[in-house]
Amino acid sequence: MTAERIVYMDHSATTATDPAVVDAMAPWFSKGYGNPSSLYSIARESKKAVEVARNQVAAALGAKPDEIYFTSGGTEADNWAIKGVVSANHKKGNHIITCAIEHHAVLHTCEYLEKQGFSVTYLPVDETGQVRISDLKAAITDQTILVTIMFANNEIGTIEPIAEIGKVCRERGVYFHTDAVQAIGNVTIDVEAMNIDLLSLSAHKFYGPKGIGALYIRKGVRIDNLLHGGGQERRKRAGTENIPGIVGLGLAIERAIARMEEQNKRVSALRDRLLKEILKTIPNTRLNGHPTERLPGNINVSFDFIEGESMLLLLDHFGICASTGSACTSGSLEPSHVLLAIGLPAETAHGSLRLTLGAENTEDDVTYVLEQLNKVVIRLREMSPLYADHKKRSCNV
Amino acid sequence: MYSEKVMDHFMNPRNQGEITDADGVGEVGNPTCGDIMRIFLTIRDNIVTDVKFQTFGCGAAVASSSMATELIKGKTLEEAWEVSNKAVAEALEGLPPIKMHCSVLAEEGIHKAINDYRIKHGLEPWEEKNPHSHDHHGHEDETCSS
Ligand SMILES: Cc1ncc(COP(=O)(O)O)c(C=O)c1O
Ligand code: FES
Repeated sequence: MTAERIVYMDHSATTATDPAVVDAMAPWFSKGYGNPSSLYSIARESKKAVEVARNQVAAALGAKPDEIYFTSGGTEADNWAIKGVVSANHKKGNHIITCAIEHHAVLHTCEYLEKQGFSVTYLPVDETGQVRISDLKAAITDQTILVTIMFANNEIGTIEPIAEIGKVCRERGVYFHTDAVQAIGNVTIDVEAMNIDLLSLSAHKFYGPKGIGALYIRKGVRIDNLLHGGGQERRKRAGTENIPGIVGLGLAIERAIARMEEQNKRVSALRDRLLKEILKTIPNTRLNGHPTERLPGNINVSFDFIEGESMLLLLDHFGICASTGSACTSGSLEPSHVLLAIGLPAETAHGSLRLTLGAENTEDDVTYVLEQLNKVVIRLREMSPLYADHKKRSCNV
Repeated sequence: MYSEKVMDHFMNPRNQGEITDADGVGEVGNPTCGDIMRIFLTIRDNIVTDVKFQTFGCGAAVASSSMATELIKGKTLEEAWEVSNKAVAEALEGLPPIKMHCSVLAEEGIHKAINDYRIKHGLEPWEEKNPHSHDHHGHEDETCSS
């Protein structure tokens, strides 16, 4: 059955494409379809559109347009940054530093490179999810060629101390890549001031289309190609450009930056109210992640005695879209590596719920989610043997 | 991903709850993903006259508990013992391969509860077949983190 009302609180998974972005993309399918590599006039129009978008992305990052390369999304940008840098610099060293809570696009790439003979340090994080600068400093050796630490985490929303990490890397002469897929439009980014050498982004996380992203590569960084073929993207990224996608990415990032301050204020106020009420009205609940250094729309909480997948199924029944770090939903039947890395026991990870708010959420949505979530938690607790034991324990004291 | 039958038993679980003066209680934990199921039996003249469950786990685990309790209600202990996880999964119109281990939990919970009753009544417990040989097919890593 379908619920009458849909409340989407899974913006870290993806976002709906902004109608203005869809409108801007539309003509590039049927009218401006020319291949930018061709000579005739409609091709020149496509080429111009790509360059406009490149300028929009560069402006959002404090970069120069010729430091922006379009990719098929965040995953490709991460793979290219890491594989490309280690491949071009392996004579200098074979050591990569990353952290325990990266997205799988980074973690699995690093694990693959380990199999190829590179050595990888997975820095631990503290209980809020932040990398410690002292750990980073201690891990850098004369073999280190790349540090890759995410800007903000997709599960718990924790924002990493990127400027400090960039400074350390610059001082030690090590390339610094950051996966900023979750950060764009939520956090101010300046690749110059933050000493970032490479940065990944993906349009569908900030109200742009899916399947398009970009990699910022600071001028002078030694990097090999990931994709070989035609001479597109100044011979660095082969493949006919996804013109509608690139146009959509450009406009989406421009709009995301323009409304960032106002939207963050609004979304974080909604988030704060929802979080406060959850913690107040549902006992045996904890917040996962950082109390303040977190993405404006992110809530990650754990409810004792219940399991996340059954929570999602019931929430879905009431039209609420959310996600969990429970083992039961992971496909590998392992709890979220992020929640384990911040020190949660497997049971607590099991009962975790991620609600990520965004542009279209309202006060009404918050009220509705609170009401339904309370019911869902009570219903599942009534079913839980762990809760039954807990109730008996508290009666006996 | 779940059949209508699974969703029905998940949304409207049958026999959920606790029997405070149960004749047999079985608790099993899932070594695969860390879930827990508890089965309570009332037994009169070798027949399961009442059964209840408590489950901490996924939709498939809850639905399996609900279906398994339905399948053994009114049965003799011998018949109840024979209800396999496959029978539970079939009655639910199938489970995704990665969720088969959740139905194993129900089978084991029932076995534990029956043996708890037998031991309490000075009877020889029946042999539980290798409790941890869970079905792990479909265990490929399809983790999707976004
Ligand atoms: C932190 C992070 N990195 C990378 C990705 C992958 O991006 P994409 O889906 O564009 O490949 C995601 C989202 O899925 C993400 O949240
Ligand atoms: S109980 Fe964990 S996957 Fe079913």
